[in-house]
Amino acid sequence: MRNVVIVGGGPAGIRAASVLVEAGLKPILVNETRQVGGQGYRAPAKSLALDIKSLMGSEAGKYQRLHSLFAALQDRIDYRPGTLVWGIHEKVLHTLSDGIAGTIPYDALILATGATDRTMPLPGWTLPGVFTLGGAQVILKDQGCLIGNRIVFLGSSPLLFLAALQYHKSGASIAAVVDTTPLSAKRAALRDLAASPRTLARGLMYRAALHMAGIPIIDGATPRGIHGEDHVEGVRVTDGRGRERLIPCDAVAYGYGLKPETQLAELAGARFRFDDIFRLWLPEVDTDGRAGAELYLAGDGAAIGGADAAEASGALAAHALLEDMGRPQPQPELARLRQEVERLRKFQRGLAKAFAWPVAQAAALSDETIACRCEAVTVGEIRAAIRAPLGPREVNRVKAITRCGMGRCQGRFCGPALQEIVSGTCNVPIEEVGRLRMQAPVKPIPLHAAAEMEP
Amino acid sequence: MRAVRRHGALLRLTVDGNTVEAVEGDSLLAVLLLNGKAVRHLEFGGAPRAGFCLMGACQDCWVLLGNGERVRACTTLAANGMVIWTDRHEAKANA
Repeated sequence: MRNVVIVGGGPAGIRAASVLVEAGLKPILVNETRQVGGQGYRAPAKSLALDIKSLMGSEAGKYQRLHSLFAALQDRIDYRPGTLVWGIHEKVLHTLSDGIAGTIPYDALILATGATDRTMPLPGWTLPGVFTLGGAQVILKDQGCLIGNRIVFLGSSPLLFLAALQYHKSGASIAAVVDTTPLSAKRAALRDLAASPRTLARGLMYRAALHMAGIPIIDGATPRGIHGEDHVEGVRVTDGRGRERLIPCDAVAYGYGLKPETQLAELAGARFRFDDIFRLWLPEVDTDGRAGAELYLAGDGAAIGGADAAEASGALAAHALLEDMGRPQPQPELARLRQEVERLRKFQRGLAKAFAWPVAQAAALSDETIACRCEAVTVGEIRAAIRAPLGPREVNRVKAITRCGMGRCQGRFCGPALQEIVSGTCNVPIEEVGRLRMQAPVKPIPLHAAAEMEP
Repeated sequence: MRAVRRHGALLRLTVDGNTVEAVEGDSLLAVLLLNGKAVRHLEFGGAPRAGFCLMGACQDCWVLLGNGERVRACTTLAANGMVIWTDRHEAKANA
């Protein structure tokens, strides 16, 4: 019978599995982490005395429903936790689980690989004590730990206020929430944001709660740098009124929204288009998540939409897969799911406009700033390589010459900034500087695992 | 710092030659951050690093184990008797 595989155990992957099980299939669900729920709905280990209900706040009900759904599914699917998919070649997944390499052939594949934080280089951002905003939330849910004792939340993201509030509830001392979003951008995006008034209201509630708690909120700030000798000691910003401020702290949660994890989609054959609102290359999918022959993308890994959109798009992808197998699907349900995904992703596009990726910050980066964390390549080295006689004007060429994007993270964290730096230095539109190509292994693996790969 | 207590078996690990305590279920990264400032030193120039993404994507928290194996600290669970080096030169000198 047909081998149907889902990669990713977050809301999109779980809902896809549920639809397939209801249709009588037994999909394989491959999950890189040990616990299901993805990053947002990650379940804490039972040994942690964590009040997850309070942490999840208004989303506690959805969190609970998703985990109940998975508990009911677990025996009816082939669940493989702790399994990394590091390569895809000719309809075979290459995996690594507890150090053991394996392969999973598939007839149809749903990728629900989620997202990571999008970050912009900043002087001092490689100092110990600086973590991504999403990561700050994950270590709290996964480990019951805080990233520091006195924390600055810095960047521009709908998650900024939520994460700060979660930390406040968990007993952290918050030095400040520094929102780098220009107020004009927020106002301009209000019309799109009205597509999901509940989410909008929630965001305002988080902010009000922080304000009530007496936590300083600095709006419209420009980050200047993170200070410290061998660890974070403070953040330097210019506030909305042009005043320089140094905020002492021992940790920074930093981020500019989310970015889809599209490496596996690329290896599986998805095509990409440049999205000028997110300013990212995103995989091409139809309304139901089809991205190629027997290839379906769902959740934030296809397009940033948040957890609700992830659930709906996961179900939609599974229906599309079943339809392509020749099984008639309930059209009213499909229409409802399409409408929901479209509405939520539209809202996220509004958020992406409001919490805009700081293009000007990339242009203003000092030459000494490290752009590539893995290979310690500075912004100046990239600019110099481009300006050299016959210098490269395409990101993969720039990568080959400077090593920016060539390290262990495969450009996940410097890639978006690299595009901006190349575009700005060459003075050409960003979509013309190309897209960093991905290669297997999408995450580092021991050499013996690759050696075991069948030719 | 820990926001909440973790219940479970007490573990003893060695970090850079010093004994540290952990609780079953702790990630290596949590153990290292609770007991020090850095988890590794960059291959290029030796700057201290302490991870970044905390979710297995950035690869900035790889540490060296006593047996020479390298693991990503944020996605590896601490185990009793584990020997961890945050500096590969120290690891070599003590091999």
